[in-house]
Amino acid sequence: MTEVTQHSEDRRGPVLPPWLKKLAATLLTVAVTLLGLLFVTFMIGRVMPIDPVLAVIGERATQAQYDAAYLELGLDKSLLEQFFIYVRDVLSGDFGKSIRTGQQVTTDIARVFPATLELATLGTIIGIVLGVPLGVMAAVYRGSWIDQTARFVGLIGYSMPIFWLGLVGLLIFYGILDWVEGPGRLGVFYQGLVTERTGLLLVDSAIDGDWTVFKNAFGHIILPAALLGYYSLAYISRMTRSFMLEQLNSEYVTTARVKGLSERKVIWRHAFRNIRIQLITVIALAYANLLEGSVLTEIIFAWPGLGSYITTSLLANDMNSVLGGTVVIGTIFVGLNIFSDLLYRFFDPRAK
Amino acid sequence: MTHRKLLRTTALVAALMGGMAAPVLAETPPNMLVIANRIDDIKTFDPQESFEFAGADVSRNVYEKLVNFDPMDLDAGFGPQLAESWEISEDGKTITFKIAEGHVFSSGNPVTAKDVEFSLRRAVKLDKTPSFIITQFGLTADNVDEMVQATDDMTVSVTLDKQYALSFVLNCLTATIGGIVDMETAMANEVDGDMGNEWLRTNTAGSGPYKVVDWKPNESVLMDLNPNYHGDKPAMERIIVQHIQESATQRLQLERGDIDIARNLSPEDVAGAMEVDGVKVLDEQRGQIMYWAANQKNEMLSDPKVLEALKWSVDYQGMADSFLKGQWIVHQAYLPLTFLGALEDKPFGLDMDKAKAALAESGFPDCGPIKISVREAQERMDIAQSLQNTWGQLGCEVELIVGTGAQTLDRYRAREHDIYVGAWGPDYPDPNTNAGTFAANPDNADEAGNTGYLAWRNAWDAAAFNDGTLAAVVENDTEARKQMYLDSQAQFQQESPFGIMFQRIEQSGLRSNVENWVVGGATTAVSYWVVTK
Repeated sequence: MTEVTQHSEDRRGPVLPPWLKKLAATLLTVAVTLLGLLFVTFMIGRVMPIDPVLAVIGERATQAQYDAAYLELGLDKSLLEQFFIYVRDVLSGDFGKSIRTGQQVTTDIARVFPATLELATLGTIIGIVLGVPLGVMAAVYRGSWIDQTARFVGLIGYSMPIFWLGLVGLLIFYGILDWVEGPGRLGVFYQGLVTERTGLLLVDSAIDGDWTVFKNAFGHIILPAALLGYYSLAYISRMTRSFMLEQLNSEYVTTARVKGLSERKVIWRHAFRNIRIQLITVIALAYANLLEGSVLTEIIFAWPGLGSYITTSLLANDMNSVLGGTVVIGTIFVGLNIFSDLLYRFFDPRAK
Repeated sequence: MTHRKLLRTTALVAALMGGMAAPVLAETPPNMLVIANRIDDIKTFDPQESFEFAGADVSRNVYEKLVNFDPMDLDAGFGPQLAESWEISEDGKTITFKIAEGHVFSSGNPVTAKDVEFSLRRAVKLDKTPSFIITQFGLTADNVDEMVQATDDMTVSVTLDKQYALSFVLNCLTATIGGIVDMETAMANEVDGDMGNEWLRTNTAGSGPYKVVDWKPNESVLMDLNPNYHGDKPAMERIIVQHIQESATQRLQLERGDIDIARNLSPEDVAGAMEVDGVKVLDEQRGQIMYWAANQKNEMLSDPKVLEALKWSVDYQGMADSFLKGQWIVHQAYLPLTFLGALEDKPFGLDMDKAKAALAESGFPDCGPIKISVREAQERMDIAQSLQNTWGQLGCEVELIVGTGAQTLDRYRAREHDIYVGAWGPDYPDPNTNAGTFAANPDNADEAGNTGYLAWRNAWDAAAFNDGTLAAVVENDTEARKQMYLDSQAQFQQESPFGIMFQRIEQSGLRSNVENWVVGGATTAVSYWVVTK
């Protein structure tokens, strides 16, 4: 018996501390998830009834040029073989070349991702700053005009097509009022003035101390960010309201009130404290949605981001770009999940 | 905030908006041209590989060619550019070009016959998609070193496999692929024997008025003056083309004065922009034609009487006047207007009586199910729906098969469609470009895989046209050549399974101070160097 235990312990090798085990398990989950995502996207791309060769050579090419491109893309190999080659390349950081732009997919994504990151981050910040207090107030003053307004704002956010709101916004704030700058990330005259460090224009121009560029970049981003912020506001405030209502109806709140605590303390110290954790998940979700789902906004505002990159690549059957973009989005989703999980543990002592 | 306060604030905002309703005008600098255009099709700037519209626009302003079109007189046809003169040998197979002095690449290297030799050989050896424009004269990777030779610093001779109409050869050399590249710069950037292809994808090395200084795919192309350009210094020192997808966004920018030119306005936005002070709209006839084609593998659609019935039951004028308003005109021949030999006759109009009579005479008086393959672009879908409606009146059951551009094209090339609704643009400014694709099919067998021929894609034998198409490219008498195309098109209108419907009109929205804006007509691409404002 002892021997058997001894034996099995030998097989287990060195004993890992629990946090390391946890980390290893998390990383393994991430790797498997991403591999699965890669596999599904790759297979969908390959079995779609469109010809990837045509995307490379265009419709006027001869059969010989077609055959050459077919071989170059490795399409003569079996699907599984193609997939393994692809994964091998990806592991060495090579996502292949984009058919559409003729550049490495990694180069393309490095160029478009900061644009999306900047827009989505600002959008989410706007959504949090306005949405959370609005949701809390709506729950506290349930049935009042604040609550009605919050609901109305949410309803509009859900029912108006984003491209329509975008165009109207452009017409009013850019076309008529001249409060914001037009489409694109930066005015044509300001391009190339700041050193590219992070690719985030607001950050780069601030580091350079070039406030004219900062102002122009801010003028360009504020309208699309406000629009995206509005959409996440609608979601965040609705969720905040329902979380808060649940707390406000619970016994400990009544107890706190009976104890004579001020209403402010009851709401913010007690009830709000308890919904922070749920809110983190909601915000992470809203953020991830903005990172991948702002395609229409990007098109209306000519915002050169990841969403429009993946969409146009898909329409042009540029599968390397689509796969590369999907991996990035997948990694973000997984990353945000882990992050919100960690925060969860941090704030919720029970989870520790 | 109380209700009253909220109301007051709302009223204040409304008043503010009303007071400031007049748009605030921005203005672009006088030596800079800012253009909004859809440029997401640019894959490369290498002239020997580039084959997309937005790429051709860049190329025309960066690379000079042996012969080229004068933007201020496109109708005159090609004229000298890098070649100051040319001679033809007695057997008509060798053309010798004398290169003009004084042309200099943006690198500072002078343009010599060696650069011409390098570029033409490169076009053949790289074997990229547009290479057929050059190789159709019998040049191959094996013989091109022999056939294209610089005999001295300023003379280059090009030998072809047989005698062709000179206009045909020179027209082909005005295409993007004829752009002359700086050999020294290209070879200095060569990787693995690619003759600089990889480098020239994102960089330019030409002797034209401009050079590309920055390209962000799907975002913008920036061009500055080539300081060594031999011609008059262009008024526009910097060209900025921004990728703006949406017509409404382009219109807003134009009306605001943030851009000088909007190139993709929808008919509605054109109508709106025309009302605005400081904006004008310019129409230019372009080379693309819109057509439907019937797959001859379908027994019913190969009945000549059925085809006749279908051609009589298309609302050509109705479509042009409604949803296509101003952007396509009725045109029924395979050569676009302004091409040599373009036929202006429009024999078909919407006539349901004639259509029904023809159908009654056919082997399929009840008509049958027809599937129209169409891509999900608005105007194509509108056209397909109009066909569905009028052909439906004949008693045909018409179904639309909608897909992405790639999907419908795949089906078309695999000869799996019934009816395909598509657009076709000339590859080079010579009538043979469209005659060769619409009215020739050297081998109709499935195995032949002649996907480059539209006749083949529709499984149409085209036997009655093959010889005539070949004869026209070797006819050196221009008048006779023109007549050959006119005859061919008249016959094609009646017999072919193609229903050609429209020719494209490009409407550019311009700030009213922009002059000499030329998008290139049916034959070439845009010319920035003549623009003033």
